Amino acid sequence: MRKLLRHLSHYKKESILGPLFKLLEALLELWVPLVVAAIIDRGIAQGDKGCTVRLSLLLAGLGVVGLVSSVTAQYFAAKAAVGFGERVRHRLFAHIQTLSYSQIDTIGTSTLITRMTGDMNQVQGSVNMSLRLLLRSPFVVFGAMIMAFTVDRQAALVFAVTIPLLSAVVFGVMLACIPLYRRVQEKLDEVLLTVRENLVGVRVIRAFRKEEDERQRFRERHASLTGAQEYVGKIAALMNPVTYVIINGAVAVLIYVGALRVDQGLLTQGEVVALYNYMSQILVELIKLASLIIGLTKSVACGNRIQAVLDMVPDMTFPDKAPEGMPSSSDAAAIAFRGVGLRYAGAGDHALRDITFTASPGDTIGVIGGTGAGKSSLVNLIPRFYDATEGEVLVDGVNVKAYPKAALRGKIGVVPQKAVLFKGSIRENLRWGNPEADDDTLYQALEAAQAAEFVAGKEGGLDYEIAQGGKNLSGGQRQRLTIARALVRRPAVLILDDSASALDYATDAALRQALRNLPYRPTVFIVSQRAASLLHADKILVLDDGQMVGMGRHEELLRSCVVYAEIYASQFRGEDDLSVGIGKEGDSYAGKE
Amino acid sequence: MQGRNNASSNDAVWKKVLCRIGVYRWLLALSVGLAGVSTALTLWIPLLAGHAIDCVVARGNVDFVTLRGILGKIVLSAAVTAALQWLMNTVNNKIAFEVVRDIRTEAFEKIQRLPLRYLDAHAYGEIVSRVISDADQFGDGLLMGFTQFFTGVITILGTLLFMLRIHAGIAAVVVVMTPLSLVVARFIATRTHTMFRLQSETRGEQTALIDEMMNHQKVVQAFGHEEASLADFDEINRRLSACSLRATFFSSLTNPGTRFVNNMVYAAVTLAGALAAIGGSITPGVLAAFLSYVNQYTKPFNEISGVMTELQNSLACAERVFDLIEQPAQSSDETLPSMSESVSGQVTLDHVSFSYVPQTRLIENFCLDVKPGQRVAIVGPTGCGKTTLINLLMRFYDVDDGAIRVDGEDIRSVTRASLRRSYGMVLQETWLRQGSIRENITMGKPDADEDEMIAAAKAAHAHSFIRRLPDGYDTVIGEDGGSLSQGQKQLLCIARVMLCLPPMLILDEATSSIDTRTEGKIQDAFGEMMKGRTSFIVAHRLSTIRDADVILVMKDGHVTEQGRHETLLAQGGFYASLYNSQFAT
Repeated sequence: MRKLLRHLSHYKKESILGPLFKLLEALLELWVPLVVAAIIDRGIAQGDKGCTVRLSLLLAGLGVVGLVSSVTAQYFAAKAAVGFGERVRHRLFAHIQTLSYSQIDTIGTSTLITRMTGDMNQVQGSVNMSLRLLLRSPFVVFGAMIMAFTVDRQAALVFAVTIPLLSAVVFGVMLACIPLYRRVQEKLDEVLLTVRENLVGVRVIRAFRKEEDERQRFRERHASLTGAQEYVGKIAALMNPVTYVIINGAVAVLIYVGALRVDQGLLTQGEVVALYNYMSQILVELIKLASLIIGLTKSVACGNRIQAVLDMVPDMTFPDKAPEGMPSSSDAAAIAFRGVGLRYAGAGDHALRDITFTASPGDTIGVIGGTGAGKSSLVNLIPRFYDATEGEVLVDGVNVKAYPKAALRGKIGVVPQKAVLFKGSIRENLRWGNPEADDDTLYQALEAAQAAEFVAGKEGGLDYEIAQGGKNLSGGQRQRLTIARALVRRPAVLILDDSASALDYATDAALRQALRNLPYRPTVFIVSQRAASLLHADKILVLDDGQMVGMGRHEELLRSCVVYAEIYASQFRGEDDLSVGIGKEGDSYAGKE
Repeated sequence: MQGRNNASSNDAVWKKVLCRIGVYRWLLALSVGLAGVSTALTLWIPLLAGHAIDCVVARGNVDFVTLRGILGKIVLSAAVTAALQWLMNTVNNKIAFEVVRDIRTEAFEKIQRLPLRYLDAHAYGEIVSRVISDADQFGDGLLMGFTQFFTGVITILGTLLFMLRIHAGIAAVVVVMTPLSLVVARFIATRTHTMFRLQSETRGEQTALIDEMMNHQKVVQAFGHEEASLADFDEINRRLSACSLRATFFSSLTNPGTRFVNNMVYAAVTLAGALAAIGGSITPGVLAAFLSYVNQYTKPFNEISGVMTELQNSLACAERVFDLIEQPAQSSDETLPSMSESVSGQVTLDHVSFSYVPQTRLIENFCLDVKPGQRVAIVGPTGCGKTTLINLLMRFYDVDDGAIRVDGEDIRSVTRASLRRSYGMVLQETWLRQGSIRENITMGKPDADEDEMIAAAKAAHAHSFIRRLPDGYDTVIGEDGGSLSQGQKQLLCIARVMLCLPPMLILDEATSSIDTRTEGKIQDAFGEMMKGRTSFIVAHRLSTIRDADVILVMKDGHVTEQGRHETLLAQGGFYASLYNSQFAT
């Protein structure tokens, strides 16, 4: 948290002036009881109306100056806090972009989003409140005590006892409640989960007739929630009554001590009133301070979570310069895996084990296997999205770890499994592949990706606006655009990670034909579940549970590799050539057709 | 007109809320009583302090006897007040939390009885937020209302009474000036409203960008797009910062503003009080009491205006929960007999008509007779309404006209539970609950023993992957299957049905999201299950379709053709064209 606050240093002036003006206001407030005392002792006791009016006007004047200084303070505090938020958000966003895939997997995107939004707002709000109140409240509390000492030392001792006592109660109760409130929140989450499950799984629950069990489950969970709420309620409810007793006890003692001093002629009646007023000021401020501090502890937790992200050192470093003798041509690249193993951070078992193969420039390599066999893991090693934990991956004979980031990734066009597009025009999206590409290049890529026709049909062609998440395109259209995007950079290596699953057979075939005829002859990796898509590959890698169980051309594998033969047979049952299902994109089961 | 509508619907909501609170009426009466007594005592104490100060006039002029008596009273009444306050707060908590619990339980139990028609038409998130956050916010408002509203009102009235009794003139100063602080607060709130709206819009824009870039960070990095997206982010960030500064600053003026008004009231009361004291109509002690009343009097005003907004807000929340609670439930079937446990599996659809919305007729006058053990394949293009039939067979929805009979018995003449007991259902959209694998498999038969469960898992080809999980059958999976793959989830769902194996089955074949080897296993498991059972299969695979006894071809929600594969092909209708476009090359 402290490290995070360094970002405030750009707003040094505001962060100092804000609290300073706040202190000025507090100082004026502390002056008020003295003025009232003077009114009683001089104005009332001596019947001096002129003096009374003058002093009352002074009170009003103090109010005006107080207003001006607190408005100034609010402005500086807001400026510093908002500026601080802007800087940290910028840093955070920039930093996250340097993290590796495996770090992003470890943290999880939803967590990152919460850090940048919810946590960030909380911290910014707290910085604002702290600048305004963190100094003011203790200042008023201790200021009141010090003023009491200037009025009468002996009577002021009552303050010296009362303040620690009140603080102990206020902070004690609040601190005791924090973990209890957290427990309430956990129990509420459980109740929420129960409700959610019952909605999402309503058909299954009704099919299995679990309604009564679910009601029971809900009642139990909610009883536990209500119990926790009532318990913390009882403890939180202690604060006001206990502080009330302490304050009034202190007032009684104060007046009595004051009476003794007045009787001895050491104190005036007005001064007793002043002491009494100081006493009532401290309680309000102590409660404000305590709730501020509770809020702060929450924000410190948020701040630490943000700092934890900022503290993550990117675990993948790329050399700045290409080493001597690095092939620089953008011709098709050769790929080699030598005894490669991969184990994801935190995973129990290897995702890949001892993979060795080579691909010559311009080859088409097919990768096939069941779910979780390691197909995507394998191709992700080529652009170095993850680092191999054993063995080495070579591109053009050079270990991928020796390439500068841009040099390696610039060679490779990736079409991810999930067809991700971004809000913006089709042109903007395609230019992700190469910011300098002209429309001709874009059209060539679209042509090869079998997307030219539908893009031409869209209003505005390349200028057609894609909605967030590509919602205004069909799955097949999205997929073809992501393929075009990768082709725009004329990659030496093209990786299609199960990227044709939403295409019908004819389009899939035309796409493969077009890829074979690309003038720059990239080395192509096709990950697929369909054996039909790989029939003409130069080499097919068959993966099963992270191991390579077969490698070769289709005909060889059909004879030599059991797993491959099984996959093939499962897809080519009967006399029909293809078993692409009817209505294969599936129905939504919402019953809303 | 609008206002009146709002008011009357507010009244209606109030009535419902009060009705639920009515259960706790004795506690409520206790709470109000405690509030009255403790507030009265709270108001008495400054007056006592004032009298005490009047006992302390000057050197040698201190009435210690009276003083001691008064101070004793202060301490005693503070102690009593404190005890009453604590009791009141505890009672308030109890009422608020239990009312919320009651309402939530009502809502949850309603969900169990709501027709699928309602649940399908509403986003789950929306219903969850009604049951959880709306109820929660309602509870907060209720609690705040109890604790602050009563005491606030009593404090204001009490203070007014005390002040009027002591000195009407000074009281008038307070009464006239205090509402000014409310005016200031209201003024600032309305002026900052648009600023806050702009801030939350810009924030929403930024969150959307963050969401997009974080979720697809891997694509961003794969294409080296980091700097460009940072530039987009910074542009929004700067705009957010600018409008946030305005909103934050202007809204933070509320406290200085109201404090300023209060300070002015304080100065005015001091002046008026001091002049009155000089005139001899009040004592300095009474002036001190007055000044502490001024502080006490303005506070509840600010609180109450907060409470009113909060209550308004919480009433709106309550209305949303009640809206859910008052939805008509599905018809009760408590008095109906159960369906026989040993049905043969003959299913008849007798002139069935059905539609989701009255305007668009879907299934009309549809007849089908399925003999025990037959397989019915339902085919058609995406979105043709294949699931509609499942909805009707399982009685998730009721037919509009005609009847569905199982073994000759209208399914509406037996309990839903007993009908559903005779069906085993595996949907493509798998659903698993948070809990262990064991709990999930034995869902339909909680008393199944270990061997039965393992046998079912083996039959579903799920045993081998379950065994490899960290804790085997006791592995706890998260909400909706958590880390399991789609295929594994479906195998678990099959195992779940395998354990009970009812006489009739409803199966939804996998689509392309599952790899072909797992899909093969699922196929085998399906085949195992279907032996000798009446089965309805939403079919995607040619082999399943060809083996079916009856194929129902659906298009745009209607059943357009029915018959066996060869017959339908020969007809040369929609099925034939579908078959040719999808399967033939």
